Amino acid sequence: MSNLSVLYDTPGPRARRRNHLYTVLFLVAFAALMWWVLDVMASKHQLDADKWSPFVEDSRVWTTYLLPGLAETLKAAVLAILIALPLGAALGIGRLSDHRWVRVPAGVVVEFFRAIPVLMLMLFANQAYAEFGNLAFDIRPLYAVVTGLVLYNSSVIAEIVRAGILALPHGQTDAAKAIGMRKGQIMTVVLLPQAVTAMLPALVSQLVVIVKDTALGGALLGFPDLFSQVQEITANYGANNIAAITVVALIYIGLNYLLTSFAGWLERRLRRAKKSTGAVLAADATDQLETLGTESVVMTERPTDRDREA
Amino acid sequence: MKFRKSAALAATVLTLSLTATACGSGDDDGKIKIGIKYDQPGLGLKTPDGEFKGFDVDVATYVAKELGYKESDIEWVKAPTPERENMLSRGDVKFIAASYSITPERKEKVSFAGPYFLAHQDLLVRKDDNSFKDVKVLNDKKLCSVTGSTSAQNVQKKFAPKADLQQYPGYSQCLTGLENEAVDALTTDDSILAGYAAQKDHQGKFKLAGLNLSNENYGIGIKKGDKKLQADINKALEKMVKDGAWEKAVKDNFGPADYKYEPAPKITENS
Amino acid sequence: MFDFLEGYDLLGAFWVTVQLTVYSAIGSLVWGTLLAAMRVSPVPVMRGFAAVYVNLMRNTPLTIVILFTSLGLNQTLGVTLAGGDQDSVLFRLAVLGLIAYTATFVCESLRAGINTVPMGQAEAARALGLSFPQVLALVVLPQAFRAVVAPLTNVLIALTKNTTVAATIGVAEAALLMKEMIEVESDAIFLVFSVFAFGFVVLTLPMGLLLGWVAKRVAVKR
Repeated sequence: MSNLSVLYDTPGPRARRRNHLYTVLFLVAFAALMWWVLDVMASKHQLDADKWSPFVEDSRVWTTYLLPGLAETLKAAVLAILIALPLGAALGIGRLSDHRWVRVPAGVVVEFFRAIPVLMLMLFANQAYAEFGNLAFDIRPLYAVVTGLVLYNSSVIAEIVRAGILALPHGQTDAAKAIGMRKGQIMTVVLLPQAVTAMLPALVSQLVVIVKDTALGGALLGFPDLFSQVQEITANYGANNIAAITVVALIYIGLNYLLTSFAGWLERRLRRAKKSTGAVLAADATDQLETLGTESVVMTERPTDRDREA
Repeated sequence: MKFRKSAALAATVLTLSLTATACGSGDDDGKIKIGIKYDQPGLGLKTPDGEFKGFDVDVATYVAKELGYKESDIEWVKAPTPERENMLSRGDVKFIAASYSITPERKEKVSFAGPYFLAHQDLLVRKDDNSFKDVKVLNDKKLCSVTGSTSAQNVQKKFAPKADLQQYPGYSQCLTGLENEAVDALTTDDSILAGYAAQKDHQGKFKLAGLNLSNENYGIGIKKGDKKLQADINKALEKMVKDGAWEKAVKDNFGPADYKYEPAPKITENS
Repeated sequence: MFDFLEGYDLLGAFWVTVQLTVYSAIGSLVWGTLLAAMRVSPVPVMRGFAAVYVNLMRNTPLTIVILFTSLGLNQTLGVTLAGGDQDSVLFRLAVLGLIAYTATFVCESLRAGINTVPMGQAEAARALGLSFPQVLALVVLPQAFRAVVAPLTNVLIALTKNTTVAATIGVAEAALLMKEMIEVESDAIFLVFSVFAFGFVVLTLPMGLLLGWVAKRVAVKR
């Protein structure tokens, strides 16, 4: 059902009038809500200029707090995905192995770390480093955040890799076998390079999840990320919490929107590419890969709605 | 092929991050690391210029100078409340001056020098609120404090077990609630409260209730059993009080808050 | 071996986690379905609103959403959701934040599910003279729901894990207790972690298995 307007008739004069009525009602209700919110905020001095103006007028808010915080967030996110990628690839390939003693442990590891909240992994890593590690305490939160993210995301990436390999047409393996390649060769020379391309959009989307999860480290581990800057900004600029959180949220939304758009663009580009087999994992494939304990894998040879919109 | 590349990439990343650690934990090359708070105006605050200001900062600077370090040799380190004992026992910092009350529980893990300041737990209330006359009214009030702080525990266990206590990760979040009349008072040490009340954006909005609910002797935290450092810091603190630098630091940092601070306490931590 | 557990209300904390999950799951199913309906509705303003809402929410860290319910809704706008003491207010605020966030994932899954329903179904329904709400509620959505049981299971499992974020505003659920315990019982952190990890495996694994089985049974064979 690509064209969703199939759900309703082309509006005639009466339907159009009714739609206009709904439009007006909806807008009125929405405007009333917004007006109430803004009115209460104004009456409580949350809209006062001195709470918001620092973000526009005082460049030091950006250079001292927000930008260094954003840099930490990006550092953690990029480190996490770079370390999780090879680990996840190994686990994903392990799950496809012909040998039981490889397949089963890889599966157990993947399912275990996907079942545990990433916040708990971070908390545990933080304390474990404090007890047994020899890390300077000021970089320990970064290590803890990255460790938690790596543990969780390498099992997600393992599933992406597995789905990416399974999404390739079977003829690829058959042809490789026919010319006498070994299992290892088929994997490294034929399947993996194509799977990596196929899963790029899904990987970029996973980066969005990682960026969002770094904020947990800022909230509970003392990681000096973008989110934690709210604390220091509000200590200097008159407890402007609402303003500071709004600005920080907008930065996250902008960053993640860029990543999401990039993933979508990548997906469309890969689908159009003539050279490939046409197997591409949708950017939102990870949403559907989560089911625990099931062997179902999302094959996206069936076109997605995004595809049809393009 | 791709796989080998990404594996190599990961290896590079790992090595890079490991070298970063090595740099992070370097020995003291004539530098001194001091733990302070970053978000307490009046005591320890990271300003938008990236500088550090407050009474704790002034005391720490004075002590560091007496210990033979130049001001440029000081490296300020953020010392979050739950991390302070760990930081000292692992030797991450030389000492900590971060509104650090001397308590018997803490003395099991670390040693203190000082005290250098006597604060009391108090309440910050809205300017026009005169209902906070004594401790008893607290049971009917909505209070706010920082998660896991001694002030929060004091309220729950000692003064007002029935009070509706909201806990946030930071003081400024309580101030938003106080400003919006969602909570009635923010409770913690009066020195911290005075720092907030004295801020430009808050002048004329809040006041201290003036209930001295407890005695908090601020000490300088050091590694457990380091008697030499303790004696040196005590000497520095005594000198600071004697030559008037202490008085000046108090006036500079708490002046605008109309805060009746206690005179410099006697040094008690000698062993 | 398990004496380190003494003095902690482990079951109580997990009970809060379960409650957070159940209330938020019901709420996000309702709100997510409404959002999906708006996204495919004939009224452009509603389509636009739902699209903007979903895009904003999905790209915001849940930590910020939850903190905002506390500082923005509660402390600034004075929303208490039926009053009571701070603990129960915070619990309800956390549920509200989880619903606001999770509903966007429900909405997107449902939209994908609507796409799997053949066009002819809706065309036939319209030919019978059914209106848009009828087409959606009687013909399309029932089939869409059957197609998305598996993705919705993933959303539910993710939600179960996401309830730990409520720890940032001090809701006494499992993650907050674990944070406290690994700080106090620092000589038994592996045991503490194992206990909490086990708790979450116990919560999520049966969910995945059961609903995975349901998904296969109810899937519309085409």
